[in-house]
Order: sequence, then structure tokens, then C-alpha cells
Amino acid sequence: MSVNIEQVRHIAKLARIAMSDAEVEALVPELNAIIGWVEQLAAVDTDGVEPLTAVIDLKLRLREDKVTDGNVRDAVLANAPEAEHGFFAVPKVIE
Amino acid sequence: MTLTTKTIAELRDGFRGGEFSAREVAESFNAAVAGARALNAFTVETPEVALAAADAADAARGDGDYGALAGVPLGIKDLFATEGVDTTAGSKILKGFKPRYESTVSAKLKAAGAGMLGKLNMDEFAMGSSNETSAYGPVISPWKRNDGGNAALTPGGSSGGSAAAVAAGLAPGVTGTDTGGSIRQPAAFTGICGIKPTYGRCSRWGIVSFASSLDQAGPMAKTVRDCAILLEVMSGFDPKDSTSLDLPVPKYEAGLSGDLKGKRVGIPTEYRIDGVPAEVDALWDKGVEWLRDAGAEPVNISLPHSQYALPTYYIIAPAEASSNLARYDGVRYGLREIGEGGLDGMYAATRAAGFGEEVKRRIMIGTYVLSAGFYDAYFTKAQKVRTLIKRDFAEAFKACDFILTPTAPSAAFGIGEKMDDPLAMYLNDVFAVPASLAGLPAMSVPGGLDEQGLPLGLHLIGCELDEQGVLNAALAIEERAGFRARAEKWW
Repeated sequence: MSVNIEQVRHIAKLARIAMSDAEVEALVPELNAIIGWVEQLAAVDTDGVEPLTAVIDLKLRLREDKVTDGNVRDAVLANAPEAEHGFFAVPKVIE
Repeated sequence: MTLTTKTIAELRDGFRGGEFSAREVAESFNAAVAGARALNAFTVETPEVALAAADAADAARGDGDYGALAGVPLGIKDLFATEGVDTTAGSKILKGFKPRYESTVSAKLKAAGAGMLGKLNMDEFAMGSSNETSAYGPVISPWKRNDGGNAALTPGGSSGGSAAAVAAGLAPGVTGTDTGGSIRQPAAFTGICGIKPTYGRCSRWGIVSFASSLDQAGPMAKTVRDCAILLEVMSGFDPKDSTSLDLPVPKYEAGLSGDLKGKRVGIPTEYRIDGVPAEVDALWDKGVEWLRDAGAEPVNISLPHSQYALPTYYIIAPAEASSNLARYDGVRYGLREIGEGGLDGMYAATRAAGFGEEVKRRIMIGTYVLSAGFYDAYFTKAQKVRTLIKRDFAEAFKACDFILTPTAPSAAFGIGEKMDDPLAMYLNDVFAVPASLAGLPAMSVPGGLDEQGLPLGLHLIGCELDEQGVLNAALAIEERAGFRARAEKWW
């Protein structure tokens, strides 16, 4: 498989990265080189093989159902580009 | 008395024995850091933090109540969140980010009495093998070729600042992180030691995420013993990381022994690949002889899916990265660019301005392989091949106790030499990536110099949880290789 300009533009949109036409054009051959290279995996017989989801066999632990990190609002907001009235502030979403 | 050439063990013991004060040590390293800005190894220098820890250590020495690393200052890779100190992950998108919390690993080191000299430069979000993708400029290796030229070389990556700092005597030890070779390849390029423990040994809490199923922290230092000392402190269960191993941490330093009688060292046939300089293979052969001399019996093993490890990695790691890096949206921390088109426009403009080329490339690849219609063909396929790679190792370890390979397919290369060709850059980690995919402990130890006078590393891979076996085999090599070469100071 390979990607064209339209697909690269679509991927950039999914990834939320603004790109100029020139950037999109430059990425087409770069991504195709990488995609073509990873496609060698098609040669591996994986019939009946389970995908690996956890590299070390671990049981997911459950912790007690209680708040352990509350009351740190100001610390959470301390690095926000913009915070108002104890909230993260963003450009207007609804007119 | 040159304190900056001493090992961590020597600094610790000298401090305890009253040969020198922790303050003298911290002042020496602070001066070395300030005098080495030409290397660009640090993104932030924190001499006052190092001095405060040293003064606390000196005050505690009288009553004998001090931690395992009292008197030892360290460098911290800029991927670890450090409370109140800039943590950028080498990215413009996190410029000025001052965490309000401390990563578990750096907190453990501080609790053991270690001081912090500063934060170490790295490839952006740990994506790179040469430290050239950092938004704060490349790290320059302290090493030069012996051809009389003056070419600037890369220290490797992504823990390039970490490696350069140890190799140049700016820190006796440092933290690194390794997703697909980022501790081991730079350690090899700069003639130092570095170990990536079993996945889950070191808590990932507070480490900026790249590919969460692969990311592991580990130490880098001049000697195997120093790595053992640091790893012992950095390891251990952390309820805040859901993949943290709830197991006791062995006493790695006390368990060190270069006597390998009764051990079998596996030599994987598939790691003899075309295009690798003869010197790399020759050093590998020498490594086998050193291990034989230490009592180990060499056995040939097969890891049949090795050639598929890199392409598997370059599906899984970008996929996880594209998901992890979705958090950089200009809302909660870091850079914000308003752009056009409301909230969506802000996300896209922020990410366009904040991420560098390699990071964008990997987010794009990751987004593609996870997107509707392609998920099974790429991502699920790669996870299946990952199962086979892990199975290869499990089979191999029935016939051997640990595995020896070269760390990297070449010595350090020049700044700019491989930046135009992403695939050539990715090949740097061809020997390192399989152990990452299998979650196994692996270490690089210096073996010798190539014809250009540059360090080459040997790579040991151990069974799950057997960091001690890896450290001991590395120790046996260290004792026989007699690697004493250091970069000559030019900076």
C-alpha cells in the first residue's frame, strides 16, 4: 500500500497537525518509504498467533476506590497557557 | 585530586570515609558542567540543587544517617519530570514547562541523597538515535576521530546528553530512558556503560511518555558497578504505574561477580548481518573469548524473527506515540498557538509549531497504522510478530543463560551524516530493538576502540528479571577488555 497527497492531508487532519501543501507533498515519499519498508512483515506467517498486548505477564491491580490526588487544582492549572476562574481557558467553541 | 574522574563507588566511599566533602564533589562537577557548554549536553543547569543536596549530605555524615547515594551528584535526562525545574523532553512544545511533581525514579535518587546537576539534552520525545532531533540543538560528543580532522560527532541518542555528560566527566552517573536502544546505543558511542532493566522494573510515573509498552528508565555510568549501584536505587514497585513490577529489588551491587562458571552465552546467528564493519564483528568474537575466559560456555542460538524486529518496532512505537502525544493540545500545559478555525485550529496550529520534523513524521505514521481500514494490516500484524519475537527469546533461553551481540552496527557518526535518511538512522538500533520488544534486560559495556579511535560497545541480553546476570556478564567483559580510553578534552 502507499499514500497519496490526499491521504497524507487526511492523516494530518486526524493527527491535528496543520501542514502547508509543500509539507504534505514532502511527506508523501517519506511516508511511502517507511510504509514500504514495514510491509515486509507481510512475509511473516502469523496464522494462529495472538497479538502481544502485555510484554510482561501482569495482572491489572485494583486500588481502593477513593480520591488520592484531589485538592491540587492550582497545581494542575499552574502550567496552563491560559487559566481563568479555576478552569483551563480555550478559544470560544459555541457562538 | 581530580574528583570528576572518579566513579560513583569511589565518590560514595570517599565521602563516607571523609576523604572529601560532598560540597567539594558538587562544586567540582558544577564547574565541569559550566565549562562544557560547547557540548550542549544540558538543557538546564541546576548547580544550586546539587549544592543543597551536598550540604545536606555533609551535615548528615557526622551522625551516619545518610542515603545510599549521599555525596553523589547526578544528571537527569530531560524526560523525567523534576519538580519546579524545566522539563521539556527536548521539545519546543514543552518549553518552560515546570512540573509540580517529581518522577518516581528521580524522587528515589533524591531520597537516597543524590544531588541533581541539571537536566540532560535528548532527542525530541526520545525519538532519534543521534540527539539531532532536539529542539535545543544537537549534543556534541566529547569524542573525535583520530584522523586529525575536527568533525563533530553525535553521542548517539536519544539519551545523548546523558551519554556525553558521563563521557566528558560532567556527571559520574545519569538517568537515561530506553524505548528501542536509547540507553544502550549512546552508551556504546561514548565508551560508557548503560543498562535497560526488565520492562516494569523502574516506574514510568513522571517520565514523559513515548511508547508506553516499551519505555524503560535505566542508569548510565562509567562502570558496571556504578550501574548496579544506581539501578538498585531506581528500581522498585510503584503503585502509581500500572505496569510496575511488585517484586523485591535484588542487591545488584552485592551480587556482582565476574565468575561465569557454569553459564552458557548464546550467540545468535541472525545478528551477523551484511554491511556491518568487520571491526564490529571482530570485537564480538573477542567478547565471546572474554566470556569463555570467565568460565562461560558459548553456544550458537537462533532468533529467527530478528530481521523483523525493526519494522515491527516502527509500527508499534509510532502508534503508541501518536496516541500518547495527543495530549499536547495547547490547553493544559506547554505551547499554545491560536491559529485559525477556533478550537480545532488551535490544536493544529499548536502542534504544527511545537513538534519537530521527526516527531511529526512518527505521529503521522502512527496515526496511519491505527486508522480505520489499516489497523489490522499494520498494528495487529506487528503485535503478532512481536509475540513471535518474544517467543524466539523464550526458546533461546532454554539453551543459554544470556546473549552476547554488538550494541550498534557502527561507531559514532558525524552530525548531519544520517539526518536526510530516516531509514538509515533507524538501522542504528537493529541489535537493540529486539530486546525492547521482548521487555528483556539488556546492557551495553565498552569493548574497545575502532580504527578511527572511537568506542564500540558489546551488548548483553538477559532473561526476564535477570538484571544481575546481565550485570555480571558485563562485569566479566569489563574486567578483560581493559577499556580505559577517555575522550581528550577539547571543549
